[in-house]
Amino acid sequence: MLKLEDVVMSQGNFALKADFSVEPGRKTAVIGPSGAGKSTLLGAIGGFLPLRGGKLWWQKRNITHAAPGERPIAMLFQDNNLFPHLSIARNIGLGIRPDLKLSASDQDRIGKALERVGLREMVDRKPGELSGGQQSRAALARVLVQNRPVILLDEPFAALGPALRHEMLDLVHDLSNETGATLLMVTHDPQDVRRIADDVIFVEGGRAEAPQPAAALLENPPPALRAYLG
Amino acid sequence: MRRTLLVTSLLLATQAGADTPVLTVYAGDYFTSEWGPGPKIEAGFEQTCNCELQFATGDLLPRLLLEGERTKADVVIGLTSDVTAKARATGLFAPHGQDNGALTLPIEWTDNTFLPFNYGHTAFIYNETTMDAPPASFDALLEMSDDVKLVIQDPRTSISGLALVLWVQAVYGEKAADVWTKLAPKILTVTKDWSASYGMFTDGEVDMVLSYTTSPAYHMFAEEDFTKKAAIFPEGHYFMVETVGKIAQTDQPELADAFMAYVLSQDFQQMIPTANWSLPSALPKDQWPEGWAQLALPEKVLFYSEEEAASLQAEAIETWRSALSQ
Amino acid sequence: MAQRAQPVIGTTGIVAGGFVVVAVLLSFLGIGLRAEVGRGIGPAEWAAIRFTVVQALLSALISVLCAIPLARALARRRFIGRGFLITLLGAPFILPVIVAVLGLLTVFGRSGWANAALGYFGVPPLSIYGLHGVVLAHVFFNLPLATRLLLQGWQSIPAERFRLAAQLNLPPRMIRRTLEYPLLVQIVPGAAALVFVICLTSFAVALTLGGGPRATTIELAIYQAFRFDFDLARAALLSLIQLFLAGGAALIALWIIPNFPLGAGLDRTLQRWDARSGLQQVLDAIVIALGSAFLLLPLLAIVLAGLQGLPEMPAVVWKTAGNSLGVAVLSILTLLIIALPMAGWISTRRAGGAEAIGLIGLSASPLMIGTGWFILINPIADPVPLALPVTALINAMMALPFALRILVPPMRDTLVTFDRLSRSLGLRGWSAWRWLVLPRLRAQIGFAAGLTGALSVGDLGVIALFADPDRATLPLQMYRLMGAYRTEAAAGAALLLLAMALGLFWLCDKGGRWRAEA
Repeated sequence: MLKLEDVVMSQGNFALKADFSVEPGRKTAVIGPSGAGKSTLLGAIGGFLPLRGGKLWWQKRNITHAAPGERPIAMLFQDNNLFPHLSIARNIGLGIRPDLKLSASDQDRIGKALERVGLREMVDRKPGELSGGQQSRAALARVLVQNRPVILLDEPFAALGPALRHEMLDLVHDLSNETGATLLMVTHDPQDVRRIADDVIFVEGGRAEAPQPAAALLENPPPALRAYLG
Repeated sequence: MRRTLLVTSLLLATQAGADTPVLTVYAGDYFTSEWGPGPKIEAGFEQTCNCELQFATGDLLPRLLLEGERTKADVVIGLTSDVTAKARATGLFAPHGQDNGALTLPIEWTDNTFLPFNYGHTAFIYNETTMDAPPASFDALLEMSDDVKLVIQDPRTSISGLALVLWVQAVYGEKAADVWTKLAPKILTVTKDWSASYGMFTDGEVDMVLSYTTSPAYHMFAEEDFTKKAAIFPEGHYFMVETVGKIAQTDQPELADAFMAYVLSQDFQQMIPTANWSLPSALPKDQWPEGWAQLALPEKVLFYSEEEAASLQAEAIETWRSALSQ
Repeated sequence: MAQRAQPVIGTTGIVAGGFVVVAVLLSFLGIGLRAEVGRGIGPAEWAAIRFTVVQALLSALISVLCAIPLARALARRRFIGRGFLITLLGAPFILPVIVAVLGLLTVFGRSGWANAALGYFGVPPLSIYGLHGVVLAHVFFNLPLATRLLLQGWQSIPAERFRLAAQLNLPPRMIRRTLEYPLLVQIVPGAAALVFVICLTSFAVALTLGGGPRATTIELAIYQAFRFDFDLARAALLSLIQLFLAGGAALIALWIIPNFPLGAGLDRTLQRWDARSGLQQVLDAIVIALGSAFLLLPLLAIVLAGLQGLPEMPAVVWKTAGNSLGVAVLSILTLLIIALPMAGWISTRRAGGAEAIGLIGLSASPLMIGTGWFILINPIADPVPLALPVTALINAMMALPFALRILVPPMRDTLVTFDRLSRSLGLRGWSAWRWLVLPRLRAQIGFAAGLTGALSVGDLGVIALFADPDRATLPLQMYRLMGAYRTEAAAGAALLLLAMALGLFWLCDKGGRWRAEA
């Protein structure tokens, strides 16, 4: 269980509060108006933004002060998810060992992850030689080898066209089902929510609400969410 | 493998060092190049001494002053008369132990610490194919057209530059400032050292260069070029000498003494002219290498003793500096 | 309490920066141990300080003023060989001073090519000696740098703006006002400041071209105090003055010095729609021709004289060339060991003041640093075998400010761009260097290494003070040849030196960019 206990985050004058838990294995969409603090929320969980107050728990472990790489979390950002100067294999290998001292079995895992996302041929290519969709797949392959119980997606597919984005979301959906990972993803498209999310966290007015079942919420949105959905 | 080789060769080197005594000779930088006198001196001395002569080169006096008592030198060769006072003041040197009577210098030498091994005189060198009317005297030099360009050396960084300042002082005394004022428009530039000046002369950048009376010898005997001449002035030329000194605390006193004696030997003296392009300090003129006796040399030689030079030079340099800074 | 996040590349840079400071401080301590109270600073020294500042100001001003039309012409003209010409025009900046002076004399000397040409038209000869000679030489060295900085700025103006200007049919005057003046205001002060600092500490130029005692620079005065009077106190005092003068100027300038342009990328031409009139084309052509002649003829002179001298060159020259190469490689390694961690440290700090440490090495007199260490090492060990390593270290410190200018901006950029990704992967310390910083900065590292190698190969340096016969470097050997009447052989050595400096630079620069990714 990922638990945010009286958490206060702030960036400049902006402050955001959150006090809720996310059950293991749930796929949760984070929605809300621009500037409401969706990325702030994920950044704080990921460890990129120190908390102003409160505590962050994963299972029984207090991770409030853990460095990003030491949290049980894999995260993809809006951009710069791959190092352009390293081959795809090395980019993925960094998810296993940051010093890239990879054993034969590590190499094997890289090969399997690439196979799973359909990039087997691209192992020695550099990211620049891949299409946008292929780059996203490569980043997901790394998330796969990182093998963390929590995955955070801060709109990594925003630059892709609708069809490609749906394809990626389906892949994410399948991958998190296979690994049983807890997924938190920022989106502003209700369609995306319907596509893969079990729950929704609505962020607005300086608060991140507790997750609620997606289907019910979208059927019968409260006034603020209704205004946002339009 | 490579490391073993290195270690072995190091061991061998130390062993060799342990067997034959080593005489360490500090010398001026130019000395040990293959066209300098160093290699010949080394070979000549090693034939007689059953030892190894090792040169260490660098800026002689600053290095001695920095090293002080810890100097590794046994003998220092190439100290010019402008630095002997400072060298003497270090207290590092012992009497040279040779007979000054053997010297054939144009002046009387009474110093028992620093032993001359070659000499020359300051002179302006010109190319007779490009210069129609070379000055026949220092006075004539001053009266030349300002279109005639000279290059000289800085007395604060170069021994020949200092010698020029003392030369002017010796010839003109109180009137030195006027002399510099007259020379100033003719001086194209002042270089840090002799080589930069001489390079500009051979490149045809200037008409005359401050150098030595022996400079034409190089062109005559090494290049068979007889167009470079020293302008000889009846007012006299300043004497320049290079000396050898023995370090008092040497751990090879016998070798050092042997080297001092070798400096005055015929073998050494006869190689000086063509190896150092200067005049031997202890060799009668009739024994000079062929052709050298014909070199144009001044009749009158000017020289300040160490004490005189020390008391004169600060003011002489300041006179030079302020006249040329106008 | 929010903790400050540890930078992913660690903080070893503090150690490297501290090392530089300590190295300089120690050398002053060494001198202090042996210095006795001398005659202090007299009128000659004040004159030297004045002259140093005046020539540096003039050199900076003229370099930048000449660079403006040249960069402008190069920015808006396309012609065959343009990229090659731009590369070649950069050469004087990395040319060894003693070699360059020979070339300048051949072209601008009393009996040089320029005066021969003037004489043909009946114009009386110009003299290169004196203040204007020093300035001419400094402009020769620094015009390429200023031109590069400006050219980079010009090419950073987006093509769309020129398209808009063309669409609005703006006259040249308006193009200057709307597009070019804002750019110049941004770049010119920094470029001038950089050249000013370089000229403040330059030494060898004034030796030959100064014309006499009125053109004495501080560094020359230090040499005189040391060599002639052995007045260590005065020498140390003068080098402190130089340190504060250059360091102070540099510190102020640091805020306005533009980023250092890489060799690559300048061969790109913008599509331009303005400046199409015949007059402008002719003017640009004249400017490019004059600039090229000024910068390239001295190079040609060195090559011509050198080719004649090559057969005269004794074999020992090759051996000393090997020594110089060794020093250069050692300098490059030393530089990288100091500069990379320092750049990493500086780029993770918000304030840029730390970069000033890099300037200490350039502003302090190398002669004084070398002497100070000689005094310190002498009681413990024989300094002579250490002559080459010490020279390499001093050369590396001279190149440090340039290297930091080259490395810091892209490193900061890389660390910002990949900060979150690196941290989420736990990539830090050596792994971050190995897999992120070094591969991303290959081009800049190659460029900095090339610059260091070239500057190091041509530097006479402190080696002259205590070089053994076997440890001579090529510049020292060149002096020895000149000192032994072998001017022709010395010209050959000069050509070799030129080839080595340019070759080393080219090799490192190309090596850095070889198969590098965009």
